[in-house]
Amino acid sequence: MRSGRYMPVMAALLFGGIAVPAQAATIQIKIDNMVFEPTEVSAKVGDTIEWINKDVLAHTATARNGDFDVTTPPKKTVTSVLKKAGHVEYYCRFHPNMKAVLTIAP
Amino acid sequence: MFVRLSAAIAALSLLTGGALAQGAKPTDPQIAHIAYTAGVIDIGAAKQAIEKAGNKDVKAFAQDMVRDHEAVNKQALDLVKKLKVTPEDNDTSKALSKQATEKLAELAKLKGADYDKAYVANEVAYHKAVNGALETQLIPSASNAELKSLLQTGLKIFQGHQQHAEQVAAKLK
Repeated sequence: MRSGRYMPVMAALLFGGIAVPAQAATIQIKIDNMVFEPTEVSAKVGDTIEWINKDVLAHTATARNGDFDVTTPPKKTVTSVLKKAGHVEYYCRFHPNMKAVLTIAP
Repeated sequence: MFVRLSAAIAALSLLTGGALAQGAKPTDPQIAHIAYTAGVIDIGAAKQAIEKAGNKDVKAFAQDMVRDHEAVNKQALDLVKKLKVTPEDNDTSKALSKQATEKLAELAKLKGADYDKAYVANEVAYHKAVNGALETQLIPSASNAELKSLLQTGLKIFQGHQQHAEQVAAKLK
């Protein structure tokens, strides 16, 4: 009984220390009329990006440094979790004139 | 090759040169027809490329073209239906179709890497020509605001295709 009381604390310390450094946020990036909105976004490692594609076209969000490559079907929302810090320029592989920047803090 | 590539450009330059030179700017029904025809042409070329292309980037590009141009043309059809506009055939559309048919026949004779290069080079030239026509003629001539807006979105999409085609072409060298 006594040791049972400490279990949640232990678990919190363990998981808190290892997996989730801070509350991860969910950030929305809209793809509308061939534009990523907002064009510049700041986030943290562990945050989730909701890519909301409003266009009738498929798009990608492809990091120039190879850190991520997300495909969003027409009129669909896709989520991805940011895994690496960095100032990442990304673009759409299908329409390379669509460009934006994600600044990911550690 | 460059002489042949200019076929599409020549057809589109009818907009600035021949057919419409007498001060007649295209009407909305004609603009809708030209824009739709331009899309159908690129879908036809892409379908041939999906069959014939050997390079996987070229094949993937062709699949992107079919998907995007079908989506845009569907939007165009929905819009003309909503506006109760009947697209009207015209000399520019006819010239575009005729030259596209010739281009397809010419590309059909090529094989392997020669075909891949010729298809992608034509895609660069064709999108450039269509974008030029959209920018200088079709968009300024469109009187309906929704049609104009669809053409403007189309221009952004096709500028994207042009850049994509240029990247694929650069990798083939």
